[in-house]
Amino acid sequence: MNYHIVDNLTSAIRLQDIPQVEYAALYEDLKVRLAQERYHVAHYFATPEQNRLRFYIIVLDDADHKAMLASFAMEYYDDVALPSLTALHPAMHIFEREITELYNVEFDSMPWNKPVRFPFDRRNRNSTIDTYPFYSIEGDSLHEVNVGPIHAGIIEPGAFRFVCNGESVLHLEIALGYQHRGVEQEFSATDNRLRQTLLAESIAGDSAVSHATTFAHTIEKLSGKTPSEALETERAVALELERMALHIADTGALSTDVGYQLGQVACEALRTMTINTTQAWCGNRFGKGLIRPSGSNKPLTAAKRDMILKNVEEIARRYDEVKEDIKSSPTLLARFEQCGIVAKSDMQRIGGVGMAARASGLTRDIRTSHPYGVFADKIRHESIIKRQGDVMSRLTVRCNEVLQSAKYIGELLEGYTPTESMPRPDYETALAPDSLAFSLVEGWRGEICHVAITDSEGKIATYKVKDPSLHNWLALALAVRGEGISDFPICNKSFNLSYCGYDL
Amino acid sequence: MIFPKIKVLHSHGWQYIPDLNKVELSEEFRGRPELTPTDDMEDVRAAAALCPTKALSAEPFTLDLGRCLFCGECALRAPRNIRFTNDYHIASTSREALVVKPGDKQVVFHHENVREDIPRLFGRALKLRQVSAGGDNSVEMELNATGNVNFDFGRYGVEFTASPRHADGVVVTGPISKAMAEPLQICYDAVPSPKVLMMCGSEACSGGLFAESRAIDRRWLESHKVDLWLPGAPTHPMTFIDGVMNLVGRKKER
Repeated sequence: MNYHIVDNLTSAIRLQDIPQVEYAALYEDLKVRLAQERYHVAHYFATPEQNRLRFYIIVLDDADHKAMLASFAMEYYDDVALPSLTALHPAMHIFEREITELYNVEFDSMPWNKPVRFPFDRRNRNSTIDTYPFYSIEGDSLHEVNVGPIHAGIIEPGAFRFVCNGESVLHLEIALGYQHRGVEQEFSATDNRLRQTLLAESIAGDSAVSHATTFAHTIEKLSGKTPSEALETERAVALELERMALHIADTGALSTDVGYQLGQVACEALRTMTINTTQAWCGNRFGKGLIRPSGSNKPLTAAKRDMILKNVEEIARRYDEVKEDIKSSPTLLARFEQCGIVAKSDMQRIGGVGMAARASGLTRDIRTSHPYGVFADKIRHESIIKRQGDVMSRLTVRCNEVLQSAKYIGELLEGYTPTESMPRPDYETALAPDSLAFSLVEGWRGEICHVAITDSEGKIATYKVKDPSLHNWLALALAVRGEGISDFPICNKSFNLSYCGYDL
Repeated sequence: MIFPKIKVLHSHGWQYIPDLNKVELSEEFRGRPELTPTDDMEDVRAAAALCPTKALSAEPFTLDLGRCLFCGECALRAPRNIRFTNDYHIASTSREALVVKPGDKQVVFHHENVREDIPRLFGRALKLRQVSAGGDNSVEMELNATGNVNFDFGRYGVEFTASPRHADGVVVTGPISKAMAEPLQICYDAVPSPKVLMMCGSEACSGGLFAESRAIDRRWLESHKVDLWLPGAPTHPMTFIDGVMNLVGRKKER
């Protein structure tokens, strides 16, 4: 099989350089390739191309730090079903389901042919969110519990259907799409690059910095501009602050759900301190307005650098105390350990990514496997891995990542001299025509992938967004199998997946 | 084990904000903008052309906070004309009052619009049900933060409930996605009357970036009176706290 091989730093790729292959050859290749742990698919989607449908696939080789691209085409009215890759590698389910939902392409012997998010431009108008085909199991001793779409807390909507045997969960299915806003479609509907940047920031507001960084990288590749070292350093600091804030918030949320009030309030205060640090830097607690293509409106000053260093040091010190308290409290360990286990083999089969995958012993971390920015030169990142795959493992990964991020921020900012000449954002430079650019960034949840395809005039014709939640919702469904339904909240919080990032 | 707990407690200290009426936000925070016209309005026109949600208009010179995402780009393009202050008092009972005009030094709350039974019934306790209808989880997290150890809005009896049956009103976040239009209506109808309705975040106020999207359905709003508009991207907890205190009559003067 002939792939176009690049890495995460390669600039835009001309569409004509991407090999056009036969689906049968691709299928045969991926059948074998995806069985190996080193490979997984970053994105696989279809997009209209004149009178045909063109499919693009980006396969990642974690061991060699390479990305492999290929494409194939189909006539619109071809009604040949393509043999399903999901049947062999369940990790492919999300991509094949999306292609079917948008373009009615059928995948032969697809075992889990369910709607993804009921987008407004879906092909089958009879498929509605109210008629989602939940899997059901018959049995006198079984009952179903329906939760949502509106949940009990201040949280986004989604429909959860549990099949329970008494107290314990046999099966959980999660139907999403309630948050669908048409994000991808809005990217290609405008030429206003500032508007596109703000769209990236609102893909998932809790990952504004991560998604905006991924967008900025994608656009920079298409406009042929390499971000300066200073710009990449400041972006990395912002992203690690975001990682700290959300991991601390989730430590607090887990504490709340087990009645550990001390941890809850300590983490609430520490999260406030973290996001107020971001606010004192850029004027917004979520880092909105900070990440812009090819420049920054909010370059660091010496005073802000010192403020960040001082705050981060204190946050890390106090958070470490909470971590030690959790580890020495048997009542907390009794709830967190051996609960919500996802085995490594399952995680790999379903294509789990990010911190949840790492908590199950599966090394999926773009910072090591496909380095970018400061991780390509300044920082030799070492992923934090746990093996048990339970709630405690996910919590421990978060705890250690908070401390690791604090260390990175220290390393990046000690001795960093803010530059007087930080360029302003660039919303003007024309994008390379007939090209594809993709970018991968490790957000706090995991691997974020954006892909942009331009038309012959250099306008964005297709913009695809992949939030790590796209893969990991299934991991949550597996985690609660066999658990008491009352343990669902802590299983859920240990992942804290994005609804809007999935629904787009 | 008691010692690690004492350590956490000791480092934690006192975290609550003693007086929620006297909070000053960081200088960098982008809140209420101030507009100054100049003879040549070239900069404003350029900024308006770039404005991602068409919140800024050059003729007439206005900035609609209900649409504004507070990215601050216009203030950089037209520094003589537009300046963002760190004033977070930007909630109002009137949607029109969110449109800032040259010379405006505050967003007027318009107390006269407040239904007379609201302070009487909810002045001492207000329980709210939040519905996210396409929100991006930043406004939602800020609403959660209003009840945290720092802001502790619960001290005024303002809290969020799990069930609409226990609530006195609904807080909507997000531009109202099509799939959430009906659940939102069902939830609102399940709240016993009399009740209040708040739109929290610029996306809830106007649809924001998604105002023109085909995945949005805001028709429900046409038949419902909004009691409080809370702009922001996301709405800062202090904007929410200040707005609600004004609504329930816990704050006489600004």
